Amino acid sequence: MKVFRILSRNIRDSFKSVFRNFSLSAASISCISITLVVVSIALLLSVNVNSFTSKVESDVTIVVFLDKDISEDRMYEIGDEIKQIANVGQDKSDVVLNDKMKIRKEMMDSSDTYKSVLDNYPDRATNPLQDAYHVKVVDIEKMGITAKALERIDGVESVKYGEGMVERLINIFDVVRKVTYIVVIALIIVTAFLISNTIKITIFSRKREIDIMRLVGASNINIKIPFIFEGLFLGIMGSIIPIIITTYGYSAIYSYFDGQLFGNIIHLVKPNSTIFNISGILIIIGMTVGMFGSWRAVRKHLKI
Amino acid sequence: MELITIRNASKTYKTGVTAIHDLDLSIKKGEFVFIIGSTGCGKSTLIKMLYREEKPTSGQIYIGGIDVAKIKNRKVYKIRRKLGVVFQDFKLLPKSTVYENVAFALEIFGLPTEEIHNKVVKVLELVGLKNKAKQYPHQLSGGEQQRVAIARAIVNGPKILICDEPTGNLDEKTSLEIMNVLQAINKLGTTVIVVTHDTEIVGKLKNRVIELDQGRILKEYEEGAFVYEGV
Repeated sequence: MKVFRILSRNIRDSFKSVFRNFSLSAASISCISITLVVVSIALLLSVNVNSFTSKVESDVTIVVFLDKDISEDRMYEIGDEIKQIANVGQDKSDVVLNDKMKIRKEMMDSSDTYKSVLDNYPDRATNPLQDAYHVKVVDIEKMGITAKALERIDGVESVKYGEGMVERLINIFDVVRKVTYIVVIALIIVTAFLISNTIKITIFSRKREIDIMRLVGASNINIKIPFIFEGLFLGIMGSIIPIIITTYGYSAIYSYFDGQLFGNIIHLVKPNSTIFNISGILIIIGMTVGMFGSWRAVRKHLKI
Repeated sequence: MELITIRNASKTYKTGVTAIHDLDLSIKKGEFVFIIGSTGCGKSTLIKMLYREEKPTSGQIYIGGIDVAKIKNRKVYKIRRKLGVVFQDFKLLPKSTVYENVAFALEIFGLPTEEIHNKVVKVLELVGLKNKAKQYPHQLSGGEQQRVAIARAIVNGPKILICDEPTGNLDEKTSLEIMNVLQAINKLGTTVIVVTHDTEIVGKLKNRVIELDQGRILKEYEEGAFVYEGV
């Protein structure tokens, strides 16, 4: 009961003192808000870069060209053999047959020129096009090995997957991802120090209050707790504006671009769950950093 | 019965200045003692050692049988809860009301709200500020602010009330009023120690007086023995 009373009074007093020292609280809150907006932008960029790179990676396909004179039966058998190779995706859409007769029909439908040319080759035996399987892999980094295994299958003429290009793309994406992680982490650390220093200044200005508390017999814990709660409140208040900006800002950007950038190349991550997660992260950063800043500042005053 | 016993206490600051030399002093329960002396005579250092803001370099300081010099920094609050301290500059929380300033000293103990209310009202009545409970320090006169500080210092019933130049910022009439409040508190059984350089007021009040000079006791006057001789 006694502990509960002390705690509830601490919470009440911390709340009061946020408003009584309003100019300093406002300084802390705006500092927290500004830095959290930057963190939020970095997080949104990182989430989108991640989603874009994963999508591109999942779109990379190996094209397996079959021998020109291959029989229809052998063509279907090869499909089963491809599925047995390690690292080949097991979904129906992971191994897709592009039958040369099907391609011929699609080409004839798409243009009259093609139609007039391909009309001269009505059956499989004369069709100059090539049968091919489009294969997706599980681990894109092992693509080279998988391609070699596919090449060894009897009846396969050649394998194409943009050799060199894919590897370079993977490397670039890897660097981009690492850079965004480092930027986000660095920003969070910088924010932590910036906020904790602002709160420190707020509390330094209240050295007198701390001295009086000591004088009337407050223990170190008695002194620390209200300031830690105050830091917590400042953190929560400071994350409100960034959360609002993130929620409305990102939704607005998403609908303005209709979820796509550069035509159809980059798809933005859908706002709903992203906003929810990022808001959660922002409020947690605000609270932790607020409490940490207060605790650090008060501790300095208690060293006698 | 001795409430405060100081034995061979010396205090040398890091700067090399020795503020207290080998001082012996005892103060009985219920006494009212003035400590006087010129600026730099060590009177402030002496009472700072009593409320354990400073530690003696050597010697012992017993309050109620406990050697305060041996108390660890983080346990200092335990001795502070047995003492009330009043300063020249009042040390009030400027953004809290009179009531809040006084109640603050009780809230940290986790007392029930009703008990806090009763005690605060009672003590404000004692210092004559019952009708100013809702005002803020800046709305009060210097004398009234000092009364709030006294109320805060005695609200949790300390055995000893230590006052460091409590009338330093006040005019003569107000100073005498404050001294009367301190006398009234003393009559209720609290031991009161007042550091002051205002010897005129000391002469009027006929209490025990200890005169310090360069960190040593220059002279001790029993009750009524001190006579103000003018400047």
